[in-house]
Amino acid sequence: MAVVTFMSYDGDEHEAPLEEGSSLMQVATNNAIPGIDADCGGEAACGPCHVIVDPAWADKVGRSGPEEEEMLSMNPDRQPTSRLSCQVKASESWDGLTVQLPESQW
Amino acid sequence: MSSARAVVVGASHAGAQLVTSLRQGGWPGEILLVGDEPVLPYQRPPLSKAYLAGKLGLTELALRSEDFYIKQDIKRVAATVEEIDRSAGELVLGTGDRLTYDALALCTGARPRRLRAKGADLDGVYYLRRSSDVEGIREDAIPGRNAVIVGGGYIGLETAASLRALGLHVTVLEAADRVLERVTAPKVSAFFTRVHQSEGVDVRTNALVEALVGDSRVREVVLASGESVVADLVIVGIGIEPTTELAEAAGLVVDDGILIDAHARTSDPTIVAAGDCTSQDMPRYGRRIRLESVPSAVEQAKVAAATICGKDKEIGALPWFWSDQYDLKLKIAGLNTGYDDIVLNGDPLSDRDFTCYYLRGGELLAADCVNRPRDFVTSKRMIAQGDRVDPGALERTVESRGTS
Repeated sequence: MAVVTFMSYDGDEHEAPLEEGSSLMQVATNNAIPGIDADCGGEAACGPCHVIVDPAWADKVGRSGPEEEEMLSMNPDRQPTSRLSCQVKASESWDGLTVQLPESQW
Repeated sequence: MSSARAVVVGASHAGAQLVTSLRQGGWPGEILLVGDEPVLPYQRPPLSKAYLAGKLGLTELALRSEDFYIKQDIKRVAATVEEIDRSAGELVLGTGDRLTYDALALCTGARPRRLRAKGADLDGVYYLRRSSDVEGIREDAIPGRNAVIVGGGYIGLETAASLRALGLHVTVLEAADRVLERVTAPKVSAFFTRVHQSEGVDVRTNALVEALVGDSRVREVVLASGESVVADLVIVGIGIEPTTELAEAAGLVVDDGILIDAHARTSDPTIVAAGDCTSQDMPRYGRRIRLESVPSAVEQAKVAAATICGKDKEIGALPWFWSDQYDLKLKIAGLNTGYDDIVLNGDPLSDRDFTCYYLRGGELLAADCVNRPRDFVTSKRMIAQGDRVDPGALERTVESRGTS
């Protein structure tokens, strides 16, 4: 089973199984990962599902789209590999992926 | 595990968030989520948009998977609740069974306001609140048919956009002299009217429905003016009313919603409530307000769960809303009630992206941002901080596009 690790700001690790086709936000909410909130239900409209993708995985996971980018660009925790997890479609080929949660979601 | 039992009435967006936050907040005992719909708790906003247009299924609509509730040891109970027996600490279910509770949360939501017109009970007349409503509409939404939408609010306009995408002829009937009359400035209404007209929607204002006519199925809508509009199906979107009967019968204070305080407590401090069924005194606006908003339902639910878990958390976030129609993403920061001035950045009469800022006494109250996510984020921050703004600067600021 492919697993993704969500790492909180203070280094706590939470693993969740990757379900093909679900968004990374759904993976997180379905597995009660603390620090990922889906306030707008995946519309790229709010921001508290922000994750920072391990740079080694950034190309595989893909980069942000235009609307997502506009939201991220206003986020003080923004990093080069930031994504809104609601906009990331998970793949079972991503076993071992690690994403970090920003300080504001701690 | 302790035997203390928390019961959440209403498997709504608020209800689903509340049970989740209860577990995350360390509630040690049983958690029961009582709902009368036979499906997993789901998101309602996409009902009039992606779900109606057939772009999303019920599985994708679910807030959380079945597995989540099992793993988190949250029991879903399919039942209606008939009565709250506060003195016994029990709920009376529709089945006649009694359910004891140690902590109780009400997330009973809202229901569509009914159209009071002759023929409103004919077949082919729909409301839009639950997934089952949309399933009915979808069966009837055959390309080429004539759909009449009663109500030019957000639900009506979103539904119009979705039905156009499905290939129906669409007429929107709005009783006021402009669409979105209750919620936006006239120029924003004019913008949405223009867009819908250019998409082929027949938008009629000052259009009061006199009667729906048909044999067993609706055939036409007759207006007070005497005009009639051919209708194969009618969708009524004229607002919602909070579902408060249960709370009222239990003696809780209800004022256009179950009244809650900043800790989401009802007038009985041992019972909390969250979501569309509530109203609250909002210091930011100096009055009692009932919000119809998912972000607000989620926030209230989190606070309600914290209160049950004995933690000190208060409701305080700035209200915000969104609406998707065609390629337009409208995001609204704050409430514009009481504005005395507006500033436009961009031209709603020609552009497809603009922001309408609402001011009162020089202070920014709210902003309608169409396809302007940056303006939305900036406005939310400025409003929350109570910034005084320079109207000239708001008007001139050119939103710089993303640079990635």
